[in-house]
Amino acid sequence: MSGFFAVEGLDVDIHGKPILEGVSLEIGRGEIFGLVGESGSGKSMTALAAMQLLPHGAEARGRILLDGADVLSVSEAAMCRLRGRRIGMVFQEPMTALNPVKTIGQQIAEGLVLHMRMTRAQAMERVRALLDRVGLARARVTPERFPHQLSGGQRQRVVIAMAIACQPDLLIADEPTTALDVTIQAQILALIREIVEAEKMGCLLISHDLAVVAEMADRVSIMKNGEIVESGRTAALFANLSHPYSKALMAASNHVPKRAKGPAHSPANHGLQPILSVRELVRAYPQPRASLFAKSPPVVAVNRVSFDIRPGQSVGLVGESGCGKSTLARALLGLEAPNGGAISVLGQDPHSARGATREVVHRAVQVVFQDPYGSFNPRHRIGRVVAEPLYLLRGEIDAREARERVAAALTEVGLTEADMAKYPHEFSGGQRQRIAIARALVTRPKLIIADEPVSALDVSIRAQILDLFADLRARHGLAYLFISHDLSVVRAITDDVMVMNGGRIVERGRTARVFDHPRHPYTRLLVAAAPRLEEALAARQRIEEAGTG
Amino acid sequence: MASRGALRVAAQHKTLVAGAAIVAVVLAAALISLVWTPYPIDVLSVADRLKGPSPAHLLGTDQFGRDMVSMLMVGARTSIAVALLAVGIGILVGVPLGLLAAARGGWLDETLMRANDLVFAFPALLSAVMITAIMGPGAINAILAIGIFNIPVFARVARGGALSLKSREFVLAARVAGKGEVRIIAEHVLPNIANLLIVQGTIQFSLGILAEAGLSYVGLGAQPPLASWGRMLNEAQTMMALAPSLALYPGLAIVVTVLGLNLMGDGLRDLLDPRLKRRTV
Repeated sequence: MSGFFAVEGLDVDIHGKPILEGVSLEIGRGEIFGLVGESGSGKSMTALAAMQLLPHGAEARGRILLDGADVLSVSEAAMCRLRGRRIGMVFQEPMTALNPVKTIGQQIAEGLVLHMRMTRAQAMERVRALLDRVGLARARVTPERFPHQLSGGQRQRVVIAMAIACQPDLLIADEPTTALDVTIQAQILALIREIVEAEKMGCLLISHDLAVVAEMADRVSIMKNGEIVESGRTAALFANLSHPYSKALMAASNHVPKRAKGPAHSPANHGLQPILSVRELVRAYPQPRASLFAKSPPVVAVNRVSFDIRPGQSVGLVGESGCGKSTLARALLGLEAPNGGAISVLGQDPHSARGATREVVHRAVQVVFQDPYGSFNPRHRIGRVVAEPLYLLRGEIDAREARERVAAALTEVGLTEADMAKYPHEFSGGQRQRIAIARALVTRPKLIIADEPVSALDVSIRAQILDLFADLRARHGLAYLFISHDLSVVRAITDDVMVMNGGRIVERGRTARVFDHPRHPYTRLLVAAAPRLEEALAARQRIEEAGTG
Repeated sequence: MASRGALRVAAQHKTLVAGAAIVAVVLAAALISLVWTPYPIDVLSVADRLKGPSPAHLLGTDQFGRDMVSMLMVGARTSIAVALLAVGIGILVGVPLGLLAAARGGWLDETLMRANDLVFAFPALLSAVMITAIMGPGAINAILAIGIFNIPVFARVARGGALSLKSREFVLAARVAGKGEVRIIAEHVLPNIANLLIVQGTIQFSLGILAEAGLSYVGLGAQPPLASWGRMLNEAQTMMALAPSLALYPGLAIVVTVLGLNLMGDGLRDLLDPRLKRRTV
């Protein structure tokens, strides 16, 4: 392998604490090298070391070779000539990677003027060519636009244009599509691949998502705790994983919780009275006035949505960001009043119910949010956090029973009674999500609305939390409304699914049927765009066999 | 373990410690003056007038023969009492207004915040002079005049803090738990904006001391026989040529106290701001 870029025995310490140990890899021209690992595995740190952008207090040893010259030993001034010129970088979050007060043209031209000694006019000429290169010219995105005027996917295209402006030899893409919707992700990945092949760049692709890496990378290294545990050509590596960690990671990525067999999941439950019944629900937001005399039409976030959830039924709601799924969840929880239609929980409307009825309604429907860091008041102990919904049962249970219920809920999710005295920051992301589930369980609800409950978690933790959801459902006959953008998660845990687009439910049915035989064009698009590990590996296998044979 | 943590905090935040030490000394002087001063300050003794520093009068006496140390101690009490009560008015009125604006939004928010802007548009000290001139000079009126201008400051801080918390998931979770607005504010919002309010309170406290000194200097603050630093400056003015130290001591007292409070405010901000905290961890 003719690697023009190589990392040899890279160690990084931060304040004496080892972060990376003995990381070695090599990238050839026109090759995409995948670096996979969970959060904290050191994959981003490897990229930052290559750019010499390590955080304060970090110390790197080993060698990072770019065409034989050691990047680690060059001066900061020489490094400045390298960054952007020889090594380009695409960041995860396109909004924060762009300067909001400069036009995109100015930002793309910055590197050209600096490195290529171009005049303003020459640079702007090249900026136009670059915008065309990343597919923005077709969308009539001109260099005079500002970042906030673009969509997330368009912004990421601008970031890519900045990264490739000076035709670097190496492109580092750190989770380039993690912040994007699946349909946009597919486009951006295709763009990166096409550019790398056409310009004969090397690409270091960093991702937590095995499917993305399998689809994109020619060779892969799997990282854990700052070390590379296994590397190889993609299909060959995944076919013969030897390290226990890689095997566990692979298993967690394909994880489907065991389905409990029981009456709750048989078609017989369709005869039961629904817990939640939604009819023609509309939720619209007013827009700022277009002019003094003309009111703007409101944005309709949820448009005439109807569905039922029966006891023990697990329903998925999939859709991309902005499709109205979270707004729908907030309306169902009674947090936002709908503008039209009806919601009925156990025969009661949560918005008009008052007093004791209202409390019965709220007790039946609880919630688990996405962000395991933002869902708890940082100043409250876990005991108090989990006990919060018991406010709905005030007067019915005394302090001793409340305490027992909290302890029982914590045990239920795999934590202990002793955890009641701790504060939220003492727990990891996965444990916090368990606490959030315990809080939802404590009123013994009939339905839990889970809004992207595993999106912020690493794959191995995600698998555990999905198991917990499945287990709780089997034990308590809980019904779920599982909101997610991740089709594989929804497929793993739901019986029925609804696909939402532009505020409407465009398709619904049994989960397997909808994902295997989508009928609506949007569902087809969504299913086609979602990276599938098995399929990606099969395709990769064919490429590798063709290459060697 | 808590005290060891406190020591480590002290070592990391030197400005906080320095500021708190100055404030503690001034506060102690003010509190002691409630029960004891070296000499009574309402007894004039022409025989002892304009004495230099001596073991009997550590900082000497003024033109009426009053002990300067006693005067400064009582002056500290006046300044602190006026500034503290003015901050109290600001918090007690401003914070509920800010929280109300944040919780309700819409036209109420708009009205309250524009009213805030209106108060901000007045030059605070000049307006305080006007208010005390109309209502008559005195410590109580000075408190009211300074306090009114603290209201919008705290309303803004409370509103901003509450708005950023309003959409946080733990607040939504509390609403799903059926808790009402008042309960959520008490349990989730106030404890999480307390740090902002404490920092702002320290800053307003130092501004209050300056304002009180200004008002008493022009004769609209605390009235004799109550001592006040601003008033001492005013009285020393006529004796500038004869006894410059009479102006020096109260002037220094004001400068050092305000400096101490500002240092403490900066230190508290570093200590309590979660963004800065995350950086040091």
